[in-house]
Amino acid sequence: MSERRTKVRIRLAQIAPRLGDLARNLDLHSQLIAAARADGVDLLVFPELSLTGYYLRDLVADMALPADGRELAVLAEAAGPMRVVAGFVERDSQARLYCAAAFMADAAVRHVHRKLYLPTYGMFDEGRYLTPGDAVRAFDAGGWRAGLMICEDAWHLSVPLLLSRQGVDMLIAVSCSPARGITVGRMAGQAAWEDMLATYARLTQSFVVFCNRVGWEDGVAFWGGSGVWGPGGEVLARAPILEEALVDCHIDLRDLDSARIASPLVADERDEVTWRELERIFRGRA
Amino acid sequence: MAELELDCGLVEKMLVGFLRDEIGKVGFSRAVVGMSGGIDSSVVTALAARALGPENVLGLMMPYKTSSPDSLADATTLAEQLGIQTALVDITPQIDAYFDRFPGADERRRGNKMARERMTILYDFSAAWQALVVGTSNKTEWLLGYTTLWGDMASAVAPIGDLYKTQVRQLAAHLNIPESIIHKPPSADLWRGQTDEGELGFTYAEVDRLLFRLVDLRWPPERCLEDGFAADFVRRVVELIRRNQYKRRTPVVAKISQRTVDRDFRYPRDWGY
Repeated sequence: MSERRTKVRIRLAQIAPRLGDLARNLDLHSQLIAAARADGVDLLVFPELSLTGYYLRDLVADMALPADGRELAVLAEAAGPMRVVAGFVERDSQARLYCAAAFMADAAVRHVHRKLYLPTYGMFDEGRYLTPGDAVRAFDAGGWRAGLMICEDAWHLSVPLLLSRQGVDMLIAVSCSPARGITVGRMAGQAAWEDMLATYARLTQSFVVFCNRVGWEDGVAFWGGSGVWGPGGEVLARAPILEEALVDCHIDLRDLDSARIASPLVADERDEVTWRELERIFRGRA
Repeated sequence: MAELELDCGLVEKMLVGFLRDEIGKVGFSRAVVGMSGGIDSSVVTALAARALGPENVLGLMMPYKTSSPDSLADATTLAEQLGIQTALVDITPQIDAYFDRFPGADERRRGNKMARERMTILYDFSAAWQALVVGTSNKTEWLLGYTTLWGDMASAVAPIGDLYKTQVRQLAAHLNIPESIIHKPPSADLWRGQTDEGELGFTYAEVDRLLFRLVDLRWPPERCLEDGFAADFVRRVVELIRRNQYKRRTPVVAKISQRTVDRDFRYPRDWGY
């Protein structure tokens, strides 16, 4: 475990990837990585499937990369000491395909999260093309602990809970959240996301970093609105709605100590009760 | 009717972004729109002018001899207000030349022929002008099938295809469309005195409330009865939605091979864009 950091400069890359154009998207990532590095950014976060675009359908297989392949290695090397989260389609040795997010640091891929929950209803069709991941693992981000959630993962309480119980300082949620339900007030999806993210930050007493894409695919807009929430649920930075943007946010990890001392929610959590009750519920069903 | 009330500022932003993105990324910067003088094509033209700049929008007016003179006047007023380019193609000679050979054709055949004739003109001008055809169909008419297949339904991009007619009216007011266009009774203007609501037998206000329940809220038809909708009306609308499904799809393809277009050859339309 590396020495604990205090200050982290985060950059949210709220981009519009080109659908099914890996070369162009790799190039865009390289440019933004170089610029962020020059600006002294510590953590650069791209959205879900940032290297491929979202509505891939049969293009999924053409876009897939191995996690230890050259494409990601090139990005990691370009990032150097800077940490980067980027979204891609992962192909494993058995030719299974996953919606994945890579965490890169110190010139290598250090962690890969495979999306656990693949929405396959309404306007979503992920389960047809992708295999769900089966692990929720926090990781050492080089001075703090972090956990990744990909879009639908964040709609399941168990995911932030499991990450929180592994002692994370930061939840990173990446998404391709579509704009819909445009009646008066906030967009339906946007309202739900804002409420969820603020609540997770408050209940897990962590920083929540959210990067949602923008742009259009087959008539569907992705709404953006990326942001950073502090451990009290407060908004620390927000990107605009429906527009490409780079948004920087300076956080101080010592704010976590203040929040956790003032109100020891995470420290008081009783894992043995959760474990016992979940086991009872699970056995009752089996 | 709060349930159908739009955030017009946000919808305008989205639809302007939609037109700019979906037209621009495939290599075009210009649009052609068939302007009937009605509310749908007026809203679409106004959105296109905002998205692409008025100099990049061509409003095509294609009256037939029985079309209401008010329609052309309203379309012209709006085009001047927006500062877009316009062209006038009277379709009377080509329609009459055709039906001189089939004088017994009824009004439905004549109306559909006019809609399809206008479609071919729009596509011809789009080629001449290096532009995309922007569609003017709304969600109400798509669901009810109250539209001509390969006629007014045909387009490259459809900005108001997910807005009910009553929502198009809200957007029209927000976009400063002239009052005379917003307040006249909606009509396909295919024959004198025709109105949509007269032909359909119900109002857009009524049917949009019902469609919102059936489609957006996924209510079973029986639940709509509890909300005060008449059983005959609900039955008729449900049947119109079902019976017109074919209009909303590409032609049914006979499967022969291992991989058939759109069945197991599935790619996004924005492939590589």
